[in-house]
Amino acid sequence: MVAYFLRRWLLSLLVAITVSFISFMLLRLSGDPAKALAGESASAADIEFVRVKYGLDRPILIQYLDWAGRAMRGDLGESQFFKQRVTDILGNRLGVTMTLGGCALIFAVWVGIPLGILASLRPNTWVDRFALTLSVLGQAIPTFWFGLVMIIFFGVMLRWLPISGSDTWRHYIMPTIALGYYATPAFMRLTRTGMLEVLASDYIRTARAKGLRAGKIIFKHGLRNAIIPVVSLAAVQFGFMLGGSVVIESVFALHGIGFLAWESIARWDLPVVQAVVLLLSLIYVLLTFAADMLNAFLDPRIRVK
Amino acid sequence: MNPQGMVTGALGAGQGVVFPTPGQMMRRRAYRHYGFIFGGVILVLILAMALLAPWIAPHDPYYQDLERRLMPPIWQSNSTWNHPLGTDNLGRDYLSRLIYGARISLLIGLSAMFLSGLFGSSLGLIAGYFGGRIDMMVTFLITVRLALPVILVALAVVALIGSSLKVVILVLGLLIWERFAVVMRSSTQQLRSMDYVSAAKATGCSTPRILLAEILPNLMNNLIVVATLEMARAVLLEAALSFLGMGVQPPLPSWGLMVSEGKEFMFFNPYLITIPGIAIFLLVLSVNLLGDGIRDITAPESST
Repeated sequence: MVAYFLRRWLLSLLVAITVSFISFMLLRLSGDPAKALAGESASAADIEFVRVKYGLDRPILIQYLDWAGRAMRGDLGESQFFKQRVTDILGNRLGVTMTLGGCALIFAVWVGIPLGILASLRPNTWVDRFALTLSVLGQAIPTFWFGLVMIIFFGVMLRWLPISGSDTWRHYIMPTIALGYYATPAFMRLTRTGMLEVLASDYIRTARAKGLRAGKIIFKHGLRNAIIPVVSLAAVQFGFMLGGSVVIESVFALHGIGFLAWESIARWDLPVVQAVVLLLSLIYVLLTFAADMLNAFLDPRIRVK
Repeated sequence: MNPQGMVTGALGAGQGVVFPTPGQMMRRRAYRHYGFIFGGVILVLILAMALLAPWIAPHDPYYQDLERRLMPPIWQSNSTWNHPLGTDNLGRDYLSRLIYGARISLLIGLSAMFLSGLFGSSLGLIAGYFGGRIDMMVTFLITVRLALPVILVALAVVALIGSSLKVVILVLGLLIWERFAVVMRSSTQQLRSMDYVSAAKATGCSTPRILLAEILPNLMNNLIVVATLEMARAVLLEAALSFLGMGVQPPLPSWGLMVSEGKEFMFFNPYLITIPGIAIFLLVLSVNLLGDGIRDITAPESST
């Protein structure tokens, strides 16, 4: 277990470093950062002055190490738009995105897993086919469009729900569904195949032969074993949802980091964009690491391999 | 007429029994697969729409007629057959823009798919065949790619280097290769210890020949299935990028851009967003159905 832990930890660390380097380099795509900082009407001398002042004349690796060192102390630079530290802005906004991602994950799990169980209990019947059809249709709906259609229907025509903002829990209902439905089929399919495999195994037949109640067999003996891969999927999907929040938060004007990133791209506030990319990537690395550990804890066969 | 009697009867007359060839069996499975047929028909229709756009579009998709702004589609009152799907906020014919939009979606979807397919499956093939250090490197690249948030990185890159059709294709192609790599890697690992691969090695075939002529043809089914998935993903991503204003730029008629432009008017003219949205939905659905169908038809044993 310790060797497995160390190996995974080292791999995650390497991925985190690479991802941070990519985030750092992302800003260089726009061309000369000194020119961008100095402004439109700057002379060549001004640009040179800015270059030396901000240390942009040093080798790129030194600049990266300097940036990474400050990032680890919680200093990701200053937003050009807010004139505020980037970490402070992110701190204020992260809660909304985490709430949205968490709700969307709960939604996907609570719809996907029961549908998967139902489908696995009656394979190749109408229940199964209904669940599969639903998942095929769901995968083809663009999330931003689904959000807009919900706004028109539930927000404007029926007037049930508020259409933008993040003040009360009711503001989160439509964004949660819009972000969560896309991941639902993944949970459904994984639960279904896992359950089908487990239900065909010998110990389930033994449990049936002992005369155990069907509910106990399905949940205690079946689901517990089938659910292990679902844990990894949940971690990965949560990471994807935080990334996908850019679109959904923009549709519903939820003030999370996704909406912030989009606005910052539009107004060329690059330190903020860089910080959001870095933050979301690091969260994903942490999530998959945690999922690996949890998996190894739940299923000893993984550690030995 | 018991079943047993029928079997012996059939065997008795059995000289004329012809067993279907694998190809015939596959065709039979294809005809019975409603999803495959349905997806195929829609995709062919959209493809025809894109190819024949200049001939079937009733109007110029860029022509603005400001006196005829926001005309409703024919199922609403005050509409004309001159503009079957109405006009947008600049008075452009919505049906013509929808027809031309198919070109953008298909162009981006197919190009991004080919680009990512070339990149991802080469990596996967090499990693799966050689194993060891190379495999570790590729696995690492895949992990790094998965950690980066696709939409956000695509948005930022497109914004920073300036958006054009070419940039969108390149960025998407370089971002969504990882599923190709994952699938190709694991299937190559299964194939590399096959007897026919050892035989090719023993007869002195070069490594590129083994990879391209011995292993790749046997992975084609998997490759096509992944390719459909990735094409669907590229279409959805392009739509999302264009919707957020960092993809295809106006006045090009991208479906995602049409939703974005219609958003401002959607409360009074919901057709402006429902129509292009349904078009995206149908394209993605047809590509996905086709992919699922190909998987079921070519490898029926893998479907549960």
